[in-house]
Amino acid sequence: MRITLFIPCLIDQFHPQVGKNVVHILKKVGVEVDFANEHTCCGQPFFNAGYWKKAIPLAKRTIKAFKSAHVVVAPSGSCVHMIRKHYLELFRDNPVWLDQAHELSEKTYEFSEFLIKVIQVDDLGASLKGKVTYHDSCQVLHGLGLSSEPRQLIRKVRNLEFVEMERPDLCCGFGGFFSFKFPHIAEAMVEEKVKNILASGAEAVVGCEISCLMNIGGYLKHRGIPVRALHLADLLACGI
Amino acid sequence: MDIKTDQFQELSKKALTDGHLQQALQNLGAHIQAMRNSAFSLLDNPENLREQAHNIKRETLDRLDEYLEHLEKNVMRSGGQVHWARNASEARRLIETIALDKGVKTVVKGKSMVTEEIALNKGLIAHGIEVSETDLGEFIIQLAGEPPSHLIGPALHKTKEQIAELFSEKLGAKPMKDPQEMTTFARKALRQRFLEADMGITGVNFAVAETGSIVLFENEGNIRLSTTLPKIHVAVMGIEKVIPSLDNLDVFLKLLPRSATGQKLSSYISIITGPKRDGERDGAEEFHLVILDNGRSKILADEDLKETLCCIRCGACLDFCPVYLKIGGHSYGWVYSGPIGSILTPQLTNRKQAHQLPYASTLCGVCAEVCPVKINIPRILIALRQRYVEDSEWGKPNSVLEKGAVALYACTMRNRWLYEKVSRMARIVQIPFIKRGGLRNLPPPLNRWSRHHEVAPLEKTFRDQWRRFSKK
Repeated sequence: MRITLFIPCLIDQFHPQVGKNVVHILKKVGVEVDFANEHTCCGQPFFNAGYWKKAIPLAKRTIKAFKSAHVVVAPSGSCVHMIRKHYLELFRDNPVWLDQAHELSEKTYEFSEFLIKVIQVDDLGASLKGKVTYHDSCQVLHGLGLSSEPRQLIRKVRNLEFVEMERPDLCCGFGGFFSFKFPHIAEAMVEEKVKNILASGAEAVVGCEISCLMNIGGYLKHRGIPVRALHLADLLACGI
Repeated sequence: MDIKTDQFQELSKKALTDGHLQQALQNLGAHIQAMRNSAFSLLDNPENLREQAHNIKRETLDRLDEYLEHLEKNVMRSGGQVHWARNASEARRLIETIALDKGVKTVVKGKSMVTEEIALNKGLIAHGIEVSETDLGEFIIQLAGEPPSHLIGPALHKTKEQIAELFSEKLGAKPMKDPQEMTTFARKALRQRFLEADMGITGVNFAVAETGSIVLFENEGNIRLSTTLPKIHVAVMGIEKVIPSLDNLDVFLKLLPRSATGQKLSSYISIITGPKRDGERDGAEEFHLVILDNGRSKILADEDLKETLCCIRCGACLDFCPVYLKIGGHSYGWVYSGPIGSILTPQLTNRKQAHQLPYASTLCGVCAEVCPVKINIPRILIALRQRYVEDSEWGKPNSVLEKGAVALYACTMRNRWLYEKVSRMARIVQIPFIKRGGLRNLPPPLNRWSRHHEVAPLEKTFRDQWRRFSKK
């Protein structure tokens, strides 16, 4: 199996180790990994904020960048959701691009989805001592319908205790533009999320969406709370 | 009511510091969500029911003109009168005229969002008519002179202590603590008004085209009293409330109470077909149905936004919305709040004034998951944002700063070379802001983020590192 990696801009810039861990894990299970150098941003922030004319050229770029890929894997639920669902919307009046958008849409997978559904591997041999909980990112859960997949992967990590927090599906309050337009509401929301994480007793919160993790993790650090926000790939790479 | 949609920032900030409201919202979230979920779990195939409900609404909207004419004909056939109102002021004038012609002095009202929408009470009161809201929640907020803060629980922002105080202050009640005692007091105060009222005014949950009937769901019996005791009954509905036949009601009987209050069925469901007939003991002698457009036909004409009109006003999207549960209904600045308010209000009121509402969502999607008629609210929120950004008819209200930042960002992302250059530059520019391992005290607008978050510094990008480790 050979896949082409899609690295979201936030991971590229702020958390490149997530990308490196994805490569490490995939290679370990025998998947060959390519990187499409030309891709930048999938256009999601623009689409969601209503700037569709700005999103279209970025969507076209992304489609072109992955034209020759057989399978695309992205460690980000929201980018996959953008490609899978919203590209079809962006090009609904453009049959030529719509066909290509469909093609990309069908071959793009979120990281945990790829592991469980495509190559059907849940035990990667990872090991970490500690207690973690899982945050259901909205685009992963409501957008892609993934909930058992990441949990299945987490449960296979050796020496790790997995606990559910209260309302794991509650939005963390990031919402892209939302947290810049209404930081006061976003703060109240992340505060509630963090309260639930702390009540679970977990030492780390795991997720499949970097923007939520930056929101939750950044807030935890700002408050000086010693709980970490970990990308699933960072967890699965522990000890392997 | 006055439209304050342009004050969303201020109102939501105030709401977050209102301790009573925060407590009330927390209670609402905890209780209603569990009740709704448990009521839904008793259904055999809730997904299928939601799909059916969605299809009934969509198909009705596709032939709305036919169904409305059908409805009109059948209401008239059963002895009722039908009035068409293009906008709020026409609707108010119509109802005021009926009231004045018949010498109406007192009106009792059932809870109705559409009459809030057209600010009906204010108009009637200006003509010297006494108007009493009879739903307990509406009764409370009428005394307080406040707008509803929730589609189903209009007074949920008030604590029982505040309500007791209001009853003492406005109605001379003795100090009370027990909610049941307070309810009994309100019931007594209202009973006399029901008996004296010349006219009852209600909304409509569903209007059945095939039979000319209106259907009303309630729990307090006040709607039944409002529609049967006074001589005249006026029902007000938006054009989207029609359903083709009584057979369609089945699905909504299962979905509406479960979604609104977590009940398997509401305590009272009334199906009213025209005024009372000869020999009948109960019912109004005159029945008027006011059918209101007020901007709805414009929504109907827009394929991307049309689904907004499927809404059956159950309030489930409010009960589950993580944003609504932080800021409450009054922050939205008009009668409709929460996710449905964020899509409905900009389409029914001044667009430019309401432009912040579609952005007041993280697009988390829980509203669409719980909506009994499967309205894809996030999809409509995005469509509205797109109108605001790209359609000059929507006033292009977003700030110059935002537009500039977006243009720069997009321009950078369109060119890989530039993206890489900018990223390398940013890694240098950030140096003075790195303190104790994080980015701190960032300049505006980035401080909106750094105020509550420690930001990890930009690192050597994955792509730069890939070039190195892929060569190995």
